[in-house]
Amino acid sequence: MIAFAALLERLVFTPSRNAKIALLRDYFLHAADPDRGYALAAIAGTLAFPAARPGMLRALAMERVDPELFALSYDYVGDLAETVALIWRPPADRPDASPPGLTEVATALADTPRADLPALLARWLDICDTPTRHALLKLVTGALRVGASARLAKVALAEIADVTADEIEEVWHGLAIPYAPLFAWIDGTAPRPDARDAPVFRPPMLAHPLEGVDLDALAPADWRAEWKWDGIRVQLVRTPGGERLYTRTAEDIGRAFPDILRILQDMAGHVVLDGELLVMRGGAPEPFAQLQRRLNRLAPSAAMLRDLPAGVHLYDILFEDGEDLRALPFDTRRARLESWFARNAPPMLGLSPLIPFGSFAELAGIRAGTRAEGVEGLMLKRADSPYLPGRPRGPWWKWKRDPLTVDAVLMYAQRGHGRRSSFYSDYTFGLWRGMGDTRELVPIGKAYSGITDEELKFLDRWVRHHTIARFGPVREVEKSLVLEIAFDAAQPSTRHKSGVALRFPRIARIRADKPAADVEDIPAFLRATRCVDGP
Amino acid sequence: MVAWLVPKPEGLYCAPGDFYIDPLVPVPRAVITHGHADHARPHHEAVLATPETLAIMALRMGEDRAGRARQSLGYDTPLRLGDVTLRLAPAGHVLGSAQVVLEHAGQRAVVSGDYKRVPDPTCAPFEPVPCDLFVTEATFALPVFRHPDPRREIGRLLHDVRLFPDRTHLVGCYALGKAQRLVALLRQAGYDAPVWLHGALRPICALYGRFGIDLGVLGAATGAARDAMRGGIVLAPPSAIADRWARRLPDPVVCLASGWMQVRQRAKARGVELPLVISDHADWDALLQTCDDTGAREVWVTHGREDALIHALGRRGVRARALRLVGYGEEDEAGDAAAAEGEPA
Ligand SMILES: [Zn+2]
Ligand SMILES: [Zn+2]
Repeated sequence: MIAFAALLERLVFTPSRNAKIALLRDYFLHAADPDRGYALAAIAGTLAFPAARPGMLRALAMERVDPELFALSYDYVGDLAETVALIWRPPADRPDASPPGLTEVATALADTPRADLPALLARWLDICDTPTRHALLKLVTGALRVGASARLAKVALAEIADVTADEIEEVWHGLAIPYAPLFAWIDGTAPRPDARDAPVFRPPMLAHPLEGVDLDALAPADWRAEWKWDGIRVQLVRTPGGERLYTRTAEDIGRAFPDILRILQDMAGHVVLDGELLVMRGGAPEPFAQLQRRLNRLAPSAAMLRDLPAGVHLYDILFEDGEDLRALPFDTRRARLESWFARNAPPMLGLSPLIPFGSFAELAGIRAGTRAEGVEGLMLKRADSPYLPGRPRGPWWKWKRDPLTVDAVLMYAQRGHGRRSSFYSDYTFGLWRGMGDTRELVPIGKAYSGITDEELKFLDRWVRHHTIARFGPVREVEKSLVLEIAFDAAQPSTRHKSGVALRFPRIARIRADKPAADVEDIPAFLRATRCVDGP
Repeated sequence: MVAWLVPKPEGLYCAPGDFYIDPLVPVPRAVITHGHADHARPHHEAVLATPETLAIMALRMGEDRAGRARQSLGYDTPLRLGDVTLRLAPAGHVLGSAQVVLEHAGQRAVVSGDYKRVPDPTCAPFEPVPCDLFVTEATFALPVFRHPDPRREIGRLLHDVRLFPDRTHLVGCYALGKAQRLVALLRQAGYDAPVWLHGALRPICALYGRFGIDLGVLGAATGAARDAMRGGIVLAPPSAIADRWARRLPDPVVCLASGWMQVRQRAKARGVELPLVISDHADWDALLQTCDDTGAREVWVTHGREDALIHALGRRGVRARALRLVGYGEEDEAGDAAAAEGEPA
């Protein structure tokens, strides 16, 4: 538990991905079995036990600490688990034992009735040091935000074993805590675990944006085009071992989409499908914001299932009847997908259609002409492309619609993370609202990217010289610099003061030439982006 | 009741000796506990302090501002001033830091200045002095503040240095006291590579050297080749670690050595990657222990988080009151409380 606590303490303050991986590697290399398996479970969020309630922690602390001192301390620290970890005093006759191992903690938590938990916890707290107490309390309250994802842990393990993270991903969902076969494989003492009939995740094939590619050099007949839907990319897995709905980052989101799981349960055989998850209305996809409402919920209400029914537009088939189709050419897989679909006809699932075209010019016209809801652009796939995990350059391209842009005024800036931590590199920008005396700027979004290092330096200097107020790490600046913001879509939002949320905003350029007073008003912007109906 | 020591807006005034202790504005006669800028202020007429504190004051504010007449007094040397006998006892805070021990009319009062109880290789250890009235600081007076063993924190730093051999560990620390202590702790832990210093830290490190505190090989971070500092440890004032100054370093791991680093929000707000809980102030246990050790029936609290300390002392039957002297806690960690709530510079 001590080494795990030290790892958590270091991870939580570490912004850089590479540094996190290095920390995880160091831990997995040196921690013992099965502790490191439980640590992996804790990081991946797969450790399950009934969580302790905050009230129990408070009551436990009150038995040891003067209530007034506790109140002053909690007020200062602001976090209950942290306050208890810091304030806890072992009794004078402190038991002479070393802190519990992670394995002991995880197994005891799973077996201990809730009523016995306070006594067990107090016994542990008495023999732990402060960082270990903190990790322990975060763990038992189910609030372990470790600052590292399951994916990052797998990347670290892959580096140790000199394999790819995707190879780990393919066996991951067939393994159970504490992952002994996985660590045996990582250590080189056993072969790779066999997933067999388990509903494991298969790393998806991703595409690069179509940039710097000469379309004239490509033969249209070698390529297939399909819509790129504006939902989330998912993998549907149905095996004799169960059904799963995975995101493209291997997150299991089945609980949030029981309607999709039910459809998978009704199917037969062993099939893995690739598609886009959408909210559907009469067979047509709804805007992404509707899907977002479903994604925000851990488990949907009956009303949500009725009003926001989920569906999937299918792009590809990876396994059919347990047969791995990934090495076959795209055209062959497409034929298998169409044949499978015709035989099974699952409700709420549909084939994402291929778009016939004679030339890329014609296709460009189709791309420019569509403003249909739910379409982000086009996908180009080579007719002979196998299904390769990762993001290989060449066989697939995504050809998004041209972004929309808006000129907005820089309002606030904040320091970035990692390499950019000494620069003001996160920007909040806004548009005008109101008339005369009540005319004010209202933020419409935040952007972190899109600029060159030169532009970053310019903005950093500009922010420092035009600061008018500071709030912690945030600087408010003079409202005089205009930024051209590119974004993929604008959606009505009740959560934002402006009434609008931008998808993927980034900075297109700095418009030092444009006066701030000349940028648009919010109502005009909402009409232009069809977030409200025109007058 | 000690009636001859009086809190005034100018600072704590000793009436029978006609002098102030750590006055906040220029006065005719001042006794200075230590060299931090909030305790040692410029333009007094006469200044009495340890030789180390006088040297620090002269270095930091210039001879002309460090008091017109300067009297140096070593530890444990009684001196008669008016109707008072005064003696300086080590406070363990920074080099030359002293508690002011005052005796008058059969009563003894001790003004501690800032202090800590943990051994520090760069200064004389705190000496508890039995007294009737103890005047204490309260920078870390909440029971959540219990500073871990500094050797453990140095161990964490060195482990990190080994783990990231291509990065530079940039440690934010206060120029007087903390910086020198960090170097000394690193040396004790067996780290013998050069420690790189921001320009603002160099003069005081040199002064510590003149007082016989060996800090090993020190390099100037300003002007050093980027690659020379790769894998090394650089010390800089807290204001420099998250700012443009840090850009000269290869892929820095930003660290900050302060008692405030105990609290996560504090470390997060400062953008610190490796918080090191190393403090030159007494933690909660040490504050209570020290009040106990002095046996004082009356405790005055100069600056810090006095509510909790007064409450806890009250429960032990000690009469405690807050002096609320405005102006302390502006240079060292004590001042960081205010700084962290504003700009995390
Ligand atoms: Zn001080
Ligand atoms: Zn102070």
